[in-house]
Amino acid sequence: MAYDTFTILKSTAVPLPIENVDTDQIIPARFLKATKREGFGNNLFRDWRYNADNTPKADFVLNNPIYSGKILVGGKNFGSGSSREHAAWAIYDYGFRCVISSFFADIFKNNALNIGILPVTVSAEFLDKIFKSIEANAAAEFEVNLLEQTVSIMATGEKESFVINGYKKHNMINGFDDIDYLQSMKEEIKSFVATTAY
Amino acid sequence: MSYIPTTLFDKVWDAHVVRKIEDGPDVLFIDRHFIHEVTSPVAFLGLQTRGISVMFPERTFATADHNTPTLNQHLPVEDPLSANQLKALEENTAKYGISHWGLNNPKNGIVHVVGPENGITLPGMTIVCGDSHTSTHGAFGAIAFGIGTSEVEMVLSSQCIMQPKPKKMRITINGKLGKGVAPKDVPLFILSQISASGATGYFIEFAGEVFENMSMEGRMTVCNLSIEMGARGGMIAPDETTYNYLKGREKSPKGEAWNQSLAYWQTLKTDAGAVFDAELSFHANEIEPQITYGTNPGLGTGISKNIPLANAVKDGEASYKKSLAYMGFAENEKLIGKQVDYVFLGSCTNGRIEDFRAFASIVKGRKKADNITAWLVPGSHIVEAQIKEEGILDILIEAGFSLRQPGCSACLAMNDDKIPAGKYAVSTSNRNFEGRQGPGARTLLASPLVAAAAAVTGVITDPRDLL
Repeated sequence: MAYDTFTILKSTAVPLPIENVDTDQIIPARFLKATKREGFGNNLFRDWRYNADNTPKADFVLNNPIYSGKILVGGKNFGSGSSREHAAWAIYDYGFRCVISSFFADIFKNNALNIGILPVTVSAEFLDKIFKSIEANAAAEFEVNLLEQTVSIMATGEKESFVINGYKKHNMINGFDDIDYLQSMKEEIKSFVATTAY
Repeated sequence: MSYIPTTLFDKVWDAHVVRKIEDGPDVLFIDRHFIHEVTSPVAFLGLQTRGISVMFPERTFATADHNTPTLNQHLPVEDPLSANQLKALEENTAKYGISHWGLNNPKNGIVHVVGPENGITLPGMTIVCGDSHTSTHGAFGAIAFGIGTSEVEMVLSSQCIMQPKPKKMRITINGKLGKGVAPKDVPLFILSQISASGATGYFIEFAGEVFENMSMEGRMTVCNLSIEMGARGGMIAPDETTYNYLKGREKSPKGEAWNQSLAYWQTLKTDAGAVFDAELSFHANEIEPQITYGTNPGLGTGISKNIPLANAVKDGEASYKKSLAYMGFAENEKLIGKQVDYVFLGSCTNGRIEDFRAFASIVKGRKKADNITAWLVPGSHIVEAQIKEEGILDILIEAGFSLRQPGCSACLAMNDDKIPAGKYAVSTSNRNFEGRQGPGARTLLASPLVAAAAAVTGVITDPRDLL
């Protein structure tokens, strides 16, 4: 099932300079009761974003109108904890298409790639430069180029490369997914089953 | 061909690779797939949208656990959204012919408790579930890990998953654990040493005397928490303890099949000289009963120690300070004697019979402290029945406790079992994230012994003082 294609994304970014942003913060468990994947964006970062009486917390970045864009920039070890894909759905549903961090938890990274969000791992130094450039100017633009595998800070022209395997890169550029690929392998899988211990 | 020493992990992984994609992931065959009500509905919806079906329904097993009440399970589920998820699981499994142990089924319970106790989990298997604590099943020498919902859809439709092969880490701990030091203290100790991201990108093998001398319940607790170290999963080579646990379980092999399986299982160990990408080792005498003070499982310490100084912690200073502010703690503060409000015994980490035995060993002949609200939640109906049979329930009732019905409960607080804002809970579960056990709840992760000591004294107490 095709999702959005991803080639070059030029956008402002929303900074979240916190380490270990776990999936319980991204979307708390009590909001996981839906049986569809849409609508989770309303509860993205729910308990950091809203008070207990549902009024917005003024000091949280998503409530600050000067920040917007399709890129979310997070601190080290982003997406740790639960395997809930709802965390990636919430980020997507809110409107983000790319998350930049210096380090991602494994399951979150897979989940993001599987639904068309590009997780970009940059060095701690470059991450710091990105945060500083947003701090200097909330309207600072960044370019994430999947074709060339680079992230650029437009204001300074600084650029860093990132790693993605060729298979996933091809999928994202073309909007293909793993299920399409596996469906084309069914005969091979049937033959393989005969060789397994269980 | 020359002999190449191989790790346990490589033996199991390589036997399941259907295809290697150049500059891409491996296509890995999955022997067993567990599903539950929260992370499966969208996967079934995906099958419907694509017009595809379940390839091997007999390889998937469903249970309802995340979102179920732990009181009055015989009554209709009150929350309409929760009831809807349970109904969706029932309908989806019926539609595709998948085994379903729903609410009130005598086999129902937490997915990572019921899989092993019914012999569905076996050594050398690949096992996945849309739940990060699937790593639990690694205790049997299986490769088991948590997956997202898109991957649940992959496994339903093709029995395969696309995974880059993780790196390998071995954590060796020799020696003998001291009195009052529980299996849970071992991974909590490792976490305090390597942090909550110390094993990201790796699959761990736990080796050495400490794990060899552990029961299967203890090994499950250890492997369960490997995900909290950032690892994809953790595993322990099967041995006599494993075989004895499995023998006679409902779905374990029987007769000649048992002998054949045993011969295969005996090959499942890391060969001498096999190479790991990372090796860590500790000694059992470094480990005392542990407790966490922060908002990730890596922020823990020995119970007799004070909260470490910011510069002694691997997390950045900003995260550390944010963590202490949320918990209402101060740098270098003493933990023993701090007031506790709630005690939670249960979850896929510590909801097994041995955990209830440990809890009972401390509360026997004592009384629940008046300031404590205690939720004791067995991991399954089978555990619940065993608690009754062994007379543990009588001990608990005599001490002023009561038993709830099986489910994930306050571990993730999806149902009504929520710790109120600002309250302190000593919890035998696996995550102390902000709001994990309810908005504003403050979680201190610990073993069932530490939980029991808090339950009878009302404050953080070293269980060694009560044994």
